[in-house]
Amino acid sequence: MSETFAVSKHLIARHAGSALWLARYMERIENLARLLDVTKTFARDTEGDNNWLSLLRINGDAAAFFAKHATPEATSVAHFYLLDADNSASVQTAIRFARENARTLRALISTEMWLQINVFHGQIRALRETDIAPEELSNVCAMLKEGVQSHTGITEGTFYRDQCWHFYMMGRHIERADQITRLIDTKFNALLPTTRDATIDAGEWNALLRAAAGYHAYRREYPHGYRPPEVASFLLLNTAFPRSAGLSLAQLDWHLTTLRSRYHLRGCTHALARLDELQSMLAAQTVDEILRRGLSPFLDWMQRELGALHADIMTNLCGAPAPSSQEQTQA
Amino acid sequence: MQQDGVLADYDPGSLFCEMLRPGQPPHPALALLRERLGDLPIASLRHRAADAERDLLERGITFTVYSDATAIDRILPFDLIPRLITAEEWQTLEAGVIQRVRALNLFLHDVYHDRKILNDGIVPRELVLGNAAYCEAMIGFTPPLGTYVHVCGIDIIRDDSGRILVLEDNARTPSGVAYVVENRHMTLRVLSDLMARLRVRSVDEYGLQLHRAMTEIAPGGISDPQVVLLSPGIFNSAYFEHVFLAREMGVPLVEGQDLIVEDGSVWMRTTAGLARVHTIYRRLNDDFLDPDAFRPDSQLGVRGLMDAWRRGAVSIANAVGTGVADDKAVYAYMPRIIRYYLGEDAILPNVDTRSCAEPDGLAYTLAHLHELVVKPVAESGGYGLLIGPHASQAELADFRDKLKADPANYISQPMIKLSVSPTLCDNGVMPRHIDLRPFAITGRDTWVLPGGLTRVALRPGSLVVNSSQGGGSKDTWVLA
Repeated sequence: MSETFAVSKHLIARHAGSALWLARYMERIENLARLLDVTKTFARDTEGDNNWLSLLRINGDAAAFFAKHATPEATSVAHFYLLDADNSASVQTAIRFARENARTLRALISTEMWLQINVFHGQIRALRETDIAPEELSNVCAMLKEGVQSHTGITEGTFYRDQCWHFYMMGRHIERADQITRLIDTKFNALLPTTRDATIDAGEWNALLRAAAGYHAYRREYPHGYRPPEVASFLLLNTAFPRSAGLSLAQLDWHLTTLRSRYHLRGCTHALARLDELQSMLAAQTVDEILRRGLSPFLDWMQRELGALHADIMTNLCGAPAPSSQEQTQA
Repeated sequence: MQQDGVLADYDPGSLFCEMLRPGQPPHPALALLRERLGDLPIASLRHRAADAERDLLERGITFTVYSDATAIDRILPFDLIPRLITAEEWQTLEAGVIQRVRALNLFLHDVYHDRKILNDGIVPRELVLGNAAYCEAMIGFTPPLGTYVHVCGIDIIRDDSGRILVLEDNARTPSGVAYVVENRHMTLRVLSDLMARLRVRSVDEYGLQLHRAMTEIAPGGISDPQVVLLSPGIFNSAYFEHVFLAREMGVPLVEGQDLIVEDGSVWMRTTAGLARVHTIYRRLNDDFLDPDAFRPDSQLGVRGLMDAWRRGAVSIANAVGTGVADDKAVYAYMPRIIRYYLGEDAILPNVDTRSCAEPDGLAYTLAHLHELVVKPVAESGGYGLLIGPHASQAELADFRDKLKADPANYISQPMIKLSVSPTLCDNGVMPRHIDLRPFAITGRDTWVLPGGLTRVALRPGSLVVNSSQGGGSKDTWVLA
């Protein structure tokens, strides 16, 4: 009986794409806030600059940054990510596109969702230099995180779960999977420079896990301390951890399968095949094997595949023209 | 505490006030409302007005204004003190609007078919056939049910004697209905105590009625037609209203790029592939609708749409070419048009209007310019008009030249002292001029939304209520 609801309603392909992008941009804001906050907190020592640099590398923004600023430090990086409307990776850009997509979807999303995004947009647009000074940075990051978390909560509680919601959720999970691979990649490069058994600064692992909101859970799972394969395994594979790549892929699988079976969207086929391969690659090897074969190439491959998965969905389901250089993709 | 109340210093003078109703028998609901306003401290009203303004902005109940490279979202200023219409007045208004819509539809059918009204010399041929809005592509084509004007907004005013008059017909894509409903919601949010136990007609039925009409006009033989709302897109200044209407009807909000004509039918691009579309409520001007039929450079329209419509594969509301009926020069003939088709006198009279295309009209207008309102026939939004009594000598001289250069482009009307309603201003509650735009939906029959959009000229003494000219709006209460 329940099958008679929502199933017969069509979703405009372009709207499906907007839903996916809306979720991605909102996720990006939270992610960026987490990274800035953690970097700020753990960048008090003389090597702080390295941390700011690694933040830029996570996002692949080093070149864009150095075109405008000489030194990566709290003020310049915060400006780059929080105020610079010309920077396509800034929260200014992300909220602008998020709102534009929400505006496109305004007849489909809940009024509460639109209202919150609209107000949040106003808050972000109103940010000034004084708001992002080093001593204020944590407050701004808290505001950004809370803004996205409100959005996420409102969405959970009010967004009607028809096709449009599935596309929105796919956007969230693609973004999360992508972000976690970037986080692992940069930190592991920084933390595992030459020798695997070098003494590793617990503070750095703390920072990494906190950035991913996984610190306490990790402590509970591995009370004895930090071992790189365990950290990697936790972030990549642990499906109890909300931001793990494994969980995001499993969720993606469910949404795509539902769209195909319940809504008969034949355009899911490509994306499902690709996702299947991604999941098997992740499941078929232990983290030790991945580390032995090279973590970085593996993560690069995952990022490329996630980008291709996004493109598959956009082209085959959301009516986007052929993939190639999507201006908004990060991959 | 009477002296602190909202109406304490309010004095409309000799103007007709919709709240105080000079010379009318006492009305219990009005008396109750006045009493409540009297008890409401003005500070409280101001406080609530500020809440409402912030709420409108946050909710994005806005229109977008473009200047240079920036886009600014503006709210239509909302005045909390409602405008009132009694049950008897509404009866007349409703009947008058329905009558007018019937006449407009019959007129349109006639001028695109037999042209009887032109042949009988009731309306000048040139005025219709030479009109820029007359659409050759419509000749000989009858839209379903013979309905051309599915959504009609008729601008209504009241003069200082309390007489109700029609100022203008809007038969193309009249806008503003979203504000009618949102204004009511706002009243209920911030001022519900004012409405308690008063029987005010609901405005919540609009979406249902619009969807019903769109279903009625759908191509025959389809039990559950797919309706869509066609918008120019998120950057259009009326986009909020498009969202509102799509949501209220529960139909997809599409842009031209989402539709395609194939095998003679119209389809929308969905996640599952192409899906048939049966009725399009379009909020796109005629010119942009179909690059094959009209402006070839239009990026907003759908190629082949006119052809599909003429073949009966899809229905479009409003019909193309309705602009010939709401032209300001044709307006002058409306009382005669109503009599011609319906054999009835107009229930709602026109404002006494002279067409400057006629020598007598021009001579009269030139001689009385300082006491007349002169309007260009092809403009809307309150642009390009002259209000004689408010104009300087230089402005009058200037306008006289324009008028002589192109008399057929102008009509003139006496300056009507529009009725007023108490309105919250910086210096207290003041009388401000208002008008009314009721909205009529026509599929098989015509239904009129109780009330309509009350626009208010917020500048002291101003008679121009258009939002582009500093106008705001009020909630409109039709008493049951």
